[in-house]
Amino acid sequence: MSFVSVSGVFKSYGRRPVLEAVSLEVAEGEFISLVGASGCGKSTFLRMLLDEEQPTRGTILVDGMPLSGEPSQSRGIVFQRYSVFPHMSVRDNIVAATAFQTRFGWLTGADKRAARDAAAKTLERIGLGHVADQYPASLSGGMQQRLAIAQAMAARPRILLLDEPFGALDPGTRLAMHAFLQELRAETGMTVFMVTHDLEEGFKLGDRVLVFDKPRWDPQEPEAYGATITYDFDARDGGIPYQRLEEDTHVFKPR
Amino acid sequence: MRWINRTPGRAAALCLMLLPFAALFIAYALGSEARLAVNPQDKLLPAPSKIAETAGRLITTADRRSGEILFWNDTFASLQRLGLGVAIAAVTGLVTGLAIGLFPYVRAAASGFVSVLSMVPPLAVLPILFIVFGLGEVSKVALVVIGITPFLIRDLSQRVLDIPSELFVKAQTLGASSTVIALRVALPLVMPRLIQSVRLSLGPAWLFLIASEAIAADGGLGYRIFLVRRYLAMDVILTYVIWITLLAFLFDFALRRLSQRLYPWAGEDSL
Ligand SMILES: Nc1ncnc2c1ncn2[C@@H]1O[C@H](COP(=O)(O)OP(=O)(O)OP(=O)(O)O)[C@@H](O)[C@H]1O
Ligand SMILES: [Mg+2]
Repeated sequence: MSFVSVSGVFKSYGRRPVLEAVSLEVAEGEFISLVGASGCGKSTFLRMLLDEEQPTRGTILVDGMPLSGEPSQSRGIVFQRYSVFPHMSVRDNIVAATAFQTRFGWLTGADKRAARDAAAKTLERIGLGHVADQYPASLSGGMQQRLAIAQAMAARPRILLLDEPFGALDPGTRLAMHAFLQELRAETGMTVFMVTHDLEEGFKLGDRVLVFDKPRWDPQEPEAYGATITYDFDARDGGIPYQRLEEDTHVFKPR
Repeated sequence: MRWINRTPGRAAALCLMLLPFAALFIAYALGSEARLAVNPQDKLLPAPSKIAETAGRLITTADRRSGEILFWNDTFASLQRLGLGVAIAAVTGLVTGLAIGLFPYVRAAASGFVSVLSMVPPLAVLPILFIVFGLGEVSKVALVVIGITPFLIRDLSQRVLDIPSELFVKAQTLGASSTVIALRVALPLVMPRLIQSVRLSLGPAWLFLIASEAIAADGGLGYRIFLVRRYLAMDVILTYVIWITLLAFLFDFALRRLSQRLYPWAGEDSL
């Protein structure tokens, strides 16, 4: 039984279809990269996995259970922008992952100290220890996204959704973020869905690369049909399938 | 170089800032002199020295009958009404604005009502307030509250709606309940805006205060101005007007500083 099971999902806004007949089975711990043209519904798909929006038709099951109708702690998200709380210090952004689960959102006494200590450790690990007391606005884009990922992870989600998380970063920072993400994933074994416009990034990080595209196209009315998953690449082993049984020595591996 | 790219230096900026004040003063002084030259008894434009003299007398000399300095009594009475009215309006505006902005059910029920309510001209309901609450303090405070609350509610609810939905989604994925989202996300994010809206509504608040004091009161800055109008005491009126302006300016300045101090993350746009 697969962990995330999407079957026959349609999504339309008003009369306009965005996604049609999307079906997908994902095992626990898989890293799924989502690519596709702008506006083809990748973010919409993530929002449905997040349960911020519901499919017009079809079902999404996680661990065999239907979603509850609103975002919850079992799925974390990192957006391209607005992912951290601008009014909280870097440390409080991490502490929030614990504090927000209380009745009024504030920790007191020993709980507070414990959460702050844990946050300090997390920040030290992701290299943000020295800016713990600053506000996110004073951080660089890469630091903000690192904070956003750490914040999402602090709530211990089983699924992490990333919507173009590194889209605004320079190539060097991007590589550092890839390493950070791979490390986190090796540690937690969580399931990841990542939307990206960078194919290389998609293949490098993903176990599978899903391509969203419109299977039917009406030149008179480009909006008449929605997109669906048209390719499902096996991206393990540098994107060369069936090679893992062979002897490793003769296999050409890009990067 | 284009004029849009030229900026004055520090000293020049200061001079430019003082220029209109100086111009106004000189224009007044000239006008006053010209009129007094024709008729030394003229009361319309008293000489600046006369105003200064009157101001000095007003803020130091006690009233013969009550033995109190009316100027400070008036100031205290007015500030109490204004402060109370603005505080009540700010709290009401904040709570209602948050509720409308956050909860679709409240929004469905209240936002149409508030838009209609905000169209009621507050001064038109002043007689009703006098009838209902009498001529005492309550009706004056109530006019200030009624005058600025609808604006605050609309402004703050809009501000809550303007918060990027990503932040609310994020809070939910961290396990936050509606209460926690209201208290830890929406409330702090709109606080700088509340201060800014209060700053904007201080002008109308003074207007409503002075209007209600002018009509029925036994003390207060607005009351005094309208009282001495009967004697054409321009020197007193101008002293009070300058004092009110100064107070309003100081409040505005203090609120701006408060916002910068309390919400350093809010940046320039909330100044
Ligand atoms: N709430 C909404 N109401 C109406 N239409 C919407 C809504 N959200 C998205 N759409 C439309 O659905 C389509 C898919 O949007 P989506 O954001 O999922 O695209 P995307 O694949 O993420 O694109 P990009 O790569 O640019 O982020 C777009 O054409 C968009 O206009
Ligand atoms: Mg998108």
